[in-house]
Amino acid sequence: MMRALGLAVVIAVLAAACAAVPVLRASHDEGVVLLPGRDGKVGALVVTYAGQAQTLDAPYSTARVQPEGHLATGTTTPEEVRAVFGPALDAQPLRPVTFVLYFLGNSEDFTPESKAEMAKILPEIAAHPAPEIVVVGHTDRVGSVPYNDALSLRRAERVRNELVQIGIARESILVAGRGEREPLVPTEDEVAEPRNRRVEITVR
Amino acid sequence: MRVALLTGLLVAPVSLAAAEDVAQVKRLSGQVRVERERRTLPAVVGMKLQPGDVVVTGRDGAVGITFHDDSLLSAGPDSALAIDRFAFDTTTHDGRFETTLQRGTLAVVSGKIAKHAPDAMRVRTPSTVLGVRGTEFLVRVGAPAQ
Repeated sequence: MMRALGLAVVIAVLAAACAAVPVLRASHDEGVVLLPGRDGKVGALVVTYAGQAQTLDAPYSTARVQPEGHLATGTTTPEEVRAVFGPALDAQPLRPVTFVLYFLGNSEDFTPESKAEMAKILPEIAAHPAPEIVVVGHTDRVGSVPYNDALSLRRAERVRNELVQIGIARESILVAGRGEREPLVPTEDEVAEPRNRRVEITVR
Repeated sequence: MRVALLTGLLVAPVSLAAAEDVAQVKRLSGQVRVERERRTLPAVVGMKLQPGDVVVTGRDGAVGITFHDDSLLSAGPDSALAIDRFAFDTTTHDGRFETTLQRGTLAVVSGKIAKHAPDAMRVRTPSTVLGVRGTEFLVRVGAPAQ
């Protein structure tokens, strides 16, 4: 525990040293900061200014338009981010939460375990302000693409009907079918894969 | 049943055009307004937003918006965020998402459009363009130098 704390202090001091010049606070400029994702992954941004492009791909890396008219890159700290962007970060909507229900082959009937999963959805909806529910159907790769597009949509519509029956307003539910495009488990064409026969219910 | 199917078919292509709901206000504090076609509307939680809308926060204002591709955009005080363009195909995930932060602070968690195609999501500031390869970032536009 103490060692972890010591390491954290060293990292904080190093980070502060890197950010000796405040990169965000000047009142007149434009700047961007790449953050680490909540899942630990860091994405990337391509910042284009007056024909120059700079890619940011490290956590807390920054790009700022300088008054002299060029783009400067740097590194900031969580503390400076908090000082400048606190209210914007505090206003972030809740992250969408996804539930997955599985289906029997070539069918709109779900597996018995998935019936129990439905019960968990109501409390999540209650936690979200102005909740929207998005129901997206998927299939495995048995059958043609157009057939699976239609089957995936029928599965989603089946789930919507179930959600309406447990008391969710129909107009707050959007349905879509993704067919066989987004398998959880990638397979060759025409392979039956129960884990891909599913509907994902996202509450956002 | 036939009516419902027909409605579904009609709704899908229209979602690629303007004046369709593309996002919803989820969080709100202080003064926040939406400028839509020369009208000014007070923002409320649950309000639906459309391409062309400009969301403006006051000195004590902040707003959090969830888009239909699960992108999350939130603005701090004294900000103006224009929704320039939003198109999202829920089947293929093809889409375009362009916004401009005219002033203020913005926090972004990119969603399915950026995940499906790098550069399909862009955030502009008065002098830069950000091509979004994912996922979480912040943008700030200060007041112009006097």
